[in-house]
This record gives sequence, structure tokens and C-alpha cells, in this order.
Amino acid sequence: MKVFLAFVKKEFFHIFRDPRTLLILLGMPVVQIILFGFALSVEINNINVAIIAPERTETIRQITNKIAANRYFTVTGIYDSEDKPAELMRREKANVILRFNHDFNPFVRPVSETQMQIITNASNPNTAVQETMYLQSVINDYFREKQVSSVTPTISPVVRYLYNPGMQSAFNFVPGILGLLMIIICTMMTSVSIVREKETGTMEELLVSPVKPINIILAKMVPYFALSCVNLVTILLISRFVLNVPVSGSIFAIFGISLIYIILALALGMLISSIVKTQVAAMLISAMSLMLPVIILSGMIFPIESAPEFFRWLSCIIPARWYIAAMRKLMIEGLPITYVIKEIVILCGMAITLISISLLKFKNRLE
Amino acid sequence: MMEYAIDVNNLTKKFGNFTAVDNISFNVKRGEIFGFLGANGAGKTTAMRILCGLSFPTSGKGTVAGYDIATQSENIKKSIGYMSQKFSLYDDLKVWENIRLFAGIYGVPEKEIEPRTEELLKTLDFTSERNSLVSKLPLGWKQKLAFSVAIFHNPCIVFLDEPTGGVDPETRRQFWEMIYEASDRGITVFVTTHYMDEAEYCDRVSIMVDGKIEALDTPLNLKNKFRVNSMEEVFYLLARKATRNE
Repeated sequence: MKVFLAFVKKEFFHIFRDPRTLLILLGMPVVQIILFGFALSVEINNINVAIIAPERTETIRQITNKIAANRYFTVTGIYDSEDKPAELMRREKANVILRFNHDFNPFVRPVSETQMQIITNASNPNTAVQETMYLQSVINDYFREKQVSSVTPTISPVVRYLYNPGMQSAFNFVPGILGLLMIIICTMMTSVSIVREKETGTMEELLVSPVKPINIILAKMVPYFALSCVNLVTILLISRFVLNVPVSGSIFAIFGISLIYIILALALGMLISSIVKTQVAAMLISAMSLMLPVIILSGMIFPIESAPEFFRWLSCIIPARWYIAAMRKLMIEGLPITYVIKEIVILCGMAITLISISLLKFKNRLE
Repeated sequence: MMEYAIDVNNLTKKFGNFTAVDNISFNVKRGEIFGFLGANGAGKTTAMRILCGLSFPTSGKGTVAGYDIATQSENIKKSIGYMSQKFSLYDDLKVWENIRLFAGIYGVPEKEIEPRTEELLKTLDFTSERNSLVSKLPLGWKQKLAFSVAIFHNPCIVFLDEPTGGVDPETRRQFWEMIYEASDRGITVFVTTHYMDEAEYCDRVSIMVDGKIEALDTPLNLKNKFRVNSMEEVFYLLARKATRNE
């Protein structure tokens, strides 16, 4: 036990005496959460609208004002001909063109679609669709206010956005960032730090000594386990108080499932370290085989439901997928723990499998 | 009291079809400095790993410090010191932290660690460096420190795997003085080297060729037997027979 503690202390020294690594380990969650939470928002902001109107009627002026007043839109100007807006579109100074026909007058007779046209840059289809939808809803709002029944749909459903009424993308990213970070810190750092000792030759020295190899490995995991817990708390605090993401579910359940996930990631790190011989290889395997799938296949950014069937199946073996799903339910939706039993069982199963494999693979003797 | 620190009979190690160590037998007396020579790929490292308990023999028997290599490797590990050819202390730990860590690993009693560390630093003339990080020390110093750490727990035998690689001649000389001191304290020294002048410093040497021990005697007897003037020539005569490539 004393030797074990001495080893744990030694591992902490390794980390603390390398300030750059420490900074990355503790700074990464903060940077990532700010990046994903603020900068990389999937909502569309700052849409520039160029308006083409041969005649400046009162209605057109009012619609223009209505659009300009909306926080998503900026009106670049009202133009007489198509030349200038087309040029603006090419220079990416305008995202959407709203064109009124010369005989545009919705109050005289039923407006046909030809009286009004929305032209958008569909080189990015998702944005194009969203921009169009926003713009349409602003225009529809205007007509609804003016009681022009011809444009208002006869039945208008009342939409309610559950769990995230403000439609903030940070809600979606926080569980994803947790899933990604644990993999990076636990898996990558543990495997690199074990393999580093193989490279420098100290591992040989330790294996010749009377210390039980399993103690060496466990001692390596303790600091990364501790760091991950610190990061978990940091992320939850930043999400709650800076990004205003709710932590609606029970804290106990959130920590419980996170601990399972951390242990799983550590076991994975141990497995990688028993396969590879160099730090570079450990880094590459962690990065290529873990980070990319976590980002792409876990549902962190791209919805799994819309992936081709093969990838949907593939995503099932990615632990982060289940963890992120469970965290969304617990944190954002505030569901009780009974709703994530499936995820917990799968994660536990994966953790047990990984621990068994890595213990089997772990070489007691350097052969 | 056992007579031999190491006693090996018909030791063989196979990896698939490849016989790395081919039926070797030898013994090392207590307190002896035993040189274990051979070209790269001759099977030295494999044999040494078996003796250190890092690897099991395919067949054959042997004892190290009186313990059976097949069944009592845990006991063996407590009675030996080991210094690998790669420099093997922790660069990012301080000098005294390294000593403390390894003393703890080998079970040196808590009370003795502190005074013995001071004594060691004094003998090495390292007292002013006790709080330096090992990475800041020159290679020769590190090497001397690594050796001192390897014998800090007074092992029965110390295994040195090419300990003086890349070290300047002056430091090598000092290093061998340390080896003699350790031998005087009764520690058996088992050393592999590629420097034939170092082979001359050993009490007895064995020369491995293609997994077999081709010669084993004192350097003087070997030179007489082959009618040459230096160990270097003995080595060439024997190593020429090798058919195995690296």
C-alpha cells in the first residue's frame, strides 16, 4: 500500500512538472466548452438580406422594417434592379435576396407566389433552408398582423420546443464535450504515460522490481481519474452558470454514469498501452480510432438517426454514443435514472469487457 | 549458505522455431564480477531476462540467489538489482525522489532510507545536487546515480545491461571503480558489455555465439588458450563463427 501511494505521488509529479500538459488537461474543457457553446453555434445569425423592389410602396417599407428589426437579419439595402444584389450575393455580402414584383400589392387581390421571391445561396443546403424558413416566418408574421388571410395558413399549429425552449445549441454540446474529453484525457493520456515508461526503459526497471505490475498500472490511472473528476465538475459548473444549460436531472445519477464512463475510458487506455510500443503510436491510435468516431459517430454533432444504416450499427460499439445519450436525458431533459437503465447496462458491459481484455492482454512478463 | 549466486543448467529459450538461447549451463560465484559477452543477437539479453524473472525458460533449470527461476521469480526480484542499457531513472523526478522511490520499491526500511541517501550523496559528491531534476544532470552522472540506485537495497546480485554505452572513458573508469566497490561489499556483478577492455576487468567472462556459450574462463586463461594478446582478439576468433544474423 505504501509503495502504491509512492507510485501515485510519482505520477502526480510527472503531470505537475510538465506545466504544458497540465495546462492542456485543465484548460481544454474550458476552451472547448466556450468554443462549442458560443462560437460554434448551429443556429444561424447575422443573415444579410438584400431587397429588390421596383416600387417602394408602404407595404414593402413596412416589411423591410419588420425584417430589419429581427435579431437574425440585417438588411443591406433596397435596390431597384437585380444587378447589385446579385453582385452582393457573389461577394457573400448578402445571404438571401428578397424580391418583390413591380405589381406587388397583397391587399388588393390574393397574393400569388410570383409576386414575391426568396433567393438564397444553397451551396450550404442546411443554412439555405433555415434562412428561408426564418425569413418566411417573419413575412408571415407581418401578414398575420395585417389580417391578410390569403397568406396565413388556415390552421397554424402551436409549436412547443421541449427541454430546450430557447433552442440553444449549447444544450446539445455539453454532454458531447464531456464524452469527448473523458476519452481524450483518460484514454489518450493514460496510454501515453504508460507507453512513455516503456520507451524510456523505466518500465523494464519496474517490472524487474518486486512491485506487482498491476499496481504500477493502477497508480498511473489514479491521477487521470482525479483530473477527469475535476474536469467533470468544471464543465458542469461552466455549463450551468456561464452557458445557462440546466442540470435538471439528479446530480447523483449524472456523476454515477460519468464515473462508469471514466473507468471505461481508463480501461481502454490500458488496453491501448498493452498493444503499442511507442508514444506516437499510442497517440495516433487514441486520436484516430477514438476521437474521430466520438466526434462523428456519437451523435455529438451529427444526428446518428440520419446516418446510413452501416454507420448506425457501427455507432453502437462507440461508448461515447451511449454516454452522450444518457447525459442528454439526465442533464437536459431531466429524466429520472430509470430512463437511462439501457445506457447504464451497455456502458457497464463495455467497461467490464474492456477491463477483462486489458487484464488478459496485460503482460506480467516482458516477452 | 549457497555457493553460487547464479547456477544455470541446460537453459533453453525458444520463440517459435527460433532458439534464442540454446542449452546453456554456467554458474557465477558469490561476489564475482562476471562478464557476459556476445555479439548483438547472440542471445545475451534473452538469457539475462530469464535470470531477472522477466521471462520463463522453455526448458532447463536454474537458480538465482538460491531461488528457482521457474517458480520463485518473486523472491528473485527482491534479491537483485537491475540497470538496463537505456538510462533508467525518472528524468522529471529530483535526485533524492528517485532514490526514495526505488528504495521504497525494493522495501528498504523507512528509517534507513534517509541516512543512507545522505551517505550515498556524500560518496558520489552529489550533495549539492540532491534537489536537482535528473534531466539536468550530465549523462555520466546519471549513469553513476542509476548504478547506485540499483544497488541501494544491497541486492545479492546486480545485473548491468551494457551500463557504459555512450559514456566517456574517464566516467567509464570511475564506473568500474564503483563496480569493484560493490563487489568488495559482496555484491555479485553480472555485466554485459561491448567494450573488450571492460571484459579484461571481469573476474570471469563467458562469450555467447548463436545462443550457445562458446567460451567461459578468466580473461587471462582465455587469452592463453587462444594464444592471443587481448580479449578483443578472443572475441573476434569466436564471433567469426556466428552464422546467425541480427
